[in-house]
Amino acid sequence: MSTTSIPDPSTRYRRTGQRGLNAEMLSWLFMRASGMLLVILVFGHLFVNLWLGQGVQGIDFAFVGGKWSSPFWQVWDLLMLWLGLIHGGNGVRTIINDYARGDRLRMVLKALLYFAVIVTVILGTLVIFTFDACPAGADPSLLPSFCEG
Amino acid sequence: MASAQSGTLYRGDTTGMWSWVAHRISGMLIFLFLLVHVLDTALVRVSPEAYNEVIGHYKTVVFGLGEVGLVAAILFHALNGLRLILVDFWSQGPKRQRSLFWGVVVVWVVLMAGFLPRHLMHMFGA
Ligand code: HEM
Ligand code: HEM
Repeated sequence: MSTTSIPDPSTRYRRTGQRGLNAEMLSWLFMRASGMLLVILVFGHLFVNLWLGQGVQGIDFAFVGGKWSSPFWQVWDLLMLWLGLIHGGNGVRTIINDYARGDRLRMVLKALLYFAVIVTVILGTLVIFTFDACPAGADPSLLPSFCEG
Repeated sequence: MASAQSGTLYRGDTTGMWSWVAHRISGMLIFLFLLVHVLDTALVRVSPEAYNEVIGHYKTVVFGLGEVGLVAAILFHALNGLRLILVDFWSQGPKRQRSLFWGVVVVWVVLMAGFLPRHLMHMFGA
């Protein structure tokens, strides 16, 4: 005779067998942590570039030269670049997982996504660190004023 | 995975569902913009002329309206993202998710009201 065992009613419901640290949980946590930082980074970026001064009308090479001559804005943009692309890329990964049904399609889309994210992060990082506000031989009227002399 | 064939058990309220849809679409949009945006910024490494030429497009009326859409999307995504964080981590969050949504709408309207007139002034050179 077998007896039916009824589970203890106080055991907590668990969606998956996973417990403790695992990749999806870290990804979930990262979305929230990076999101909070991005609020400051992106709102600051939009405030300075679109709202202050002449807004979009004021943006040109000399404007970028002025900003990136300061380590403050270099670090700001670097953080925004990395966090924005990893947060956004991770979000798009979730979207692909949700909608791409076939294994092959899902793999192709994710490969394209990772490729785009990695190339863009590397390109953006190189641009920040190799930027020259006063390139030799350029029309001086297009450069920031501190280039003279 | 839920599908049209198997049906779903979703019995959530519509505020939560539509804010989720809008969060997803806005996130996707901002991501695509960001990929292009890093490319256009990279032109500072080509020449001042190339950068100014391409960035000049951002100053046209058509792009100006696009920027309004982009800012609208990012403000919503950011504020709703903060709402999601509150729902997950604040003990009162799940109970208050609906009021939090209206909070998102109110703050969004206030920030847009601060941005839109100023941006239109920049665009039309007033
Ligand atoms: C229409 C609105 C926007 C304008 C006019 C604009 C303008 C600019 C400008 C002029 C720069 C050059 C450096 C600087 O000023 O800091 C830049 C860089 C950057 N922007 Fe934006 N931006 C806009 C929206 C955004 C948004 C929504 C994001 C994030 C999601 C973003 C992310 C970045 C990043 C990551 C860089 C650094 C790129 C690199 O490393 O090469 N921008 N932006
Ligand atoms: C400005 C501050 C931001 C905040 C507070 C924020 C917050 C969040 C949060 C909490 C999630 C997770 C949602 C979930 O787990 O269901 C999320 C998802 C997402 N975010 Fe952001 N985010 C921000 C900026 C960005 C930026 C700049 C991008 C694009 C480059 C982006 C693209 C996405 C995408 C594509 C998703 C996935 C949406 C989904 O799975 O439905 N977010 N965001």
